[in-house]
Amino acid sequence: MAKVLMKGNEAMALAAIKGGCDAFYGYPITPQNELPEYLSKHMKENGRVFVQSESEVAAINMVYGAAGGGARVLTSSSSPGIALKQEGISYLTGAELPAVIINVMRGGPGLGGIQPSQADYKQITRGGGNGDYYLYSLAPESLQEAVNLIKESFDIADYFRNPVMIAVDGLIGHMMEPVDFEQEIPKWDLKEKTWAADGMRGKRDKNVINSLYLDPQDLEDHNYKLLDKYNEMKEKHQRYELVNMDKADIAIVAFGSTARIARSAVEMLEEEGINCGIIRPITIYPFPSKAFDEIPSSVKDLLVVEMSTGQMIEDVKIVNEGKLPVHFYGRVGGIVPEAEEIVNKVKEIVGEK
Amino acid sequence: MAKTKTVYKKSPGLSDFPLSYCPGCTHGVIHKLVAECLTELDVLERSVGIGSVGCSALNYDFFSFDMFQAAHGRAPAVATGLKRVRPDTMVFTYQGDGDLASIGIAEAIHAAHRGENITIVFVNNAIYGMTGGQMAPTTLVGQKTTTSPDGRDPQHSGFPLRIAEMMATIPGATYVERVSVHDPKHVNKAKKALKKAFEIQKNNQGFSLIEFISTCPVNWGMTPKEAIDWAVDNMIPYYPLGVYKDKTKEDNA
Repeated sequence: MAKVLMKGNEAMALAAIKGGCDAFYGYPITPQNELPEYLSKHMKENGRVFVQSESEVAAINMVYGAAGGGARVLTSSSSPGIALKQEGISYLTGAELPAVIINVMRGGPGLGGIQPSQADYKQITRGGGNGDYYLYSLAPESLQEAVNLIKESFDIADYFRNPVMIAVDGLIGHMMEPVDFEQEIPKWDLKEKTWAADGMRGKRDKNVINSLYLDPQDLEDHNYKLLDKYNEMKEKHQRYELVNMDKADIAIVAFGSTARIARSAVEMLEEEGINCGIIRPITIYPFPSKAFDEIPSSVKDLLVVEMSTGQMIEDVKIVNEGKLPVHFYGRVGGIVPEAEEIVNKVKEIVGEK
Repeated sequence: MAKTKTVYKKSPGLSDFPLSYCPGCTHGVIHKLVAECLTELDVLERSVGIGSVGCSALNYDFFSFDMFQAAHGRAPAVATGLKRVRPDTMVFTYQGDGDLASIGIAEAIHAAHRGENITIVFVNNAIYGMTGGQMAPTTLVGQKTTTSPDGRDPQHSGFPLRIAEMMATIPGATYVERVSVHDPKHVNKAKKALKKAFEIQKNNQGFSLIEFISTCPVNWGMTPKEAIDWAVDNMIPYYPLGVYKDKTKEDNA
C-alpha cells in the first residue's frame, strides 16, 4: 500500500484499528485529542466500540470491563490523565488483563503544560500505581515506528496478559509524516482467552476477573507469577537500536523524539570529525540492558539526553555499573532540545579529554 | 410411601461457598434475590456480576456465574466497558453506599446518564461496614459512627444523600426504585422490583437501579432484631420506599 501523510495522533488511532482494537474508552486531554476524535468516527464505521467517558478514572475502568470480557481495548491520554489512570492500570495488571495505553506526554508536574515532554519516564517504567508490577513500554521515535508498534501491541498485551504502554510525546502526536499501514509486523503465539468473563454460555465453569488475594501466601504466589512475566520481558523481549556505534568515541542514550533529534546531532558531529553513536531504547521497560553489552571499547563517555531533568539516566547508571562516565543534557517545561544544543554538549565532553 | 414435595431450595445462581456476612445483615437476602431473578429470567449462563469494594467485595465467590471484582466505586464503569463490547450479556453491579454514594457517585451518575443497559443493585445501610463503621454520605442525622462519634451533624457533614431520588432525575435512567427486605412481604416486593429491573435490561430498555434499605447490626451496635426495627423506624422515613422513575410507563403513555 502507498504511504499516507497523516498527523501522529490520527496515525496512531488508525494503527489501533489495524491492530484489531475492538473498543476505545477515553477522556479529552491535550495534546492527544485527535486520537479519540478520529476513533469516534472510524470505530463506529468498523462496527467497533467508542465511548467518551466521564473521566480518565472511568475510562481505565471501562478498559478493565471490556478487557475482562475478552476484547482488545485501547485508551489514550496525556500525562495528568495517565496519572489518574494509575489505579485502574494497577488493577489491570493484578487481574492479568491485556490492554493498550497510549501516553502522549506533556510537561508537568501538576497541570504542567501542553508541550512535549518525557517526564513520565519514571511513572511508566516503575509501574505507576500501587503494587509490584510493570508495563511492557514501547517508545517509538517516528510515526512509522509508532504505527507498527501499536499494531503489534495488541498481540503483546494478549501474550503477556498485561497492559502495554505506548510512550510518545506531543511532538510525535502532532507532527505529520508519510506512513505505510500495511508493513509486516511480528506475530505472537496467542492462546484463546478461556479466562474471559463474558458469560458461561453452558460451555465452561464460571470465570472471575479479580486482583484480590486476602491470603498472604496466595498473594505471594500471584506476585511471583507476575514476576515471571516481567523476567521473560527482560530476558527475551528487550528492543533497542544502535546507531553509528562501530567507531564511536561517545554514545548518546536517548529514546523517542529525543533520539530522533540526536540523529541530526550525530550527522552534524560527523562533519566536524567527531564519531558519536546512539543507543536508542525502543522498550523503556524492559530497559534494554543488552544494548550496553554491545558498546565498543572506542566509546569513552555516555551522554543521556532527555526531555526531563534526568529520569532514564538512573537506568543508564544501573546498567553501566560505573564503567563509563555518564553525562546528561535535558530540556524541560515543553522545550524540545535543538540538535545544536546536543552537538555543543558532546563537543564540551569530548573537548575536556 | 409418602410423597415428598420440594417447597424451597437454594437458587442455582448461588454457589456453595459460605457467605462472609455478619448475622442479621441483609446482604445474604439480597444475594438470594439477585440469584433467583436471574435464574427465573433464564439468563444465568450469560450473566456477569460486577462486585465492588466493601462487605460484598468477596461476592465473586458467592454467585455461581461469571464475576468481576472492581475497584472502589468503579463498578458502573467496568459494567459499561463490558456491556458495550458484549451487549448480549446481562450485567449488574453490586455496590454499597460507601462505594456508590461516595467514591463512585460520578461513575453511577454517568452510567445512568449514558443510559447504559445495565442494572445497579445498590445496598444502603447508612454506614461503611467493611472498614469498621465510619460515616457514609447516607448516614442519618444524629447517627453515631466511628467518624461521627457525636452523631452526624449536618452543619459539619451535610444531610444524608438520597440516591434513588437523585438518580431518578437523570434523563438517561429508565427505572429507579427503592425497596426494603425487613420482612417477607417487603422481600417479595423487592424481588418484583429487581426482576423488573433485570427484565428491562433483558429487553434492551436501558439503565435501572434498585436501592435496598439494609442493616449493619455489628457497626450500628445492635442485635439483628434491633437493627431491623431501627431501619424501619429511622431509615425508611428518610428514605421512602417506592418507584421513583419508570420510563417504560412514560413511553407507553
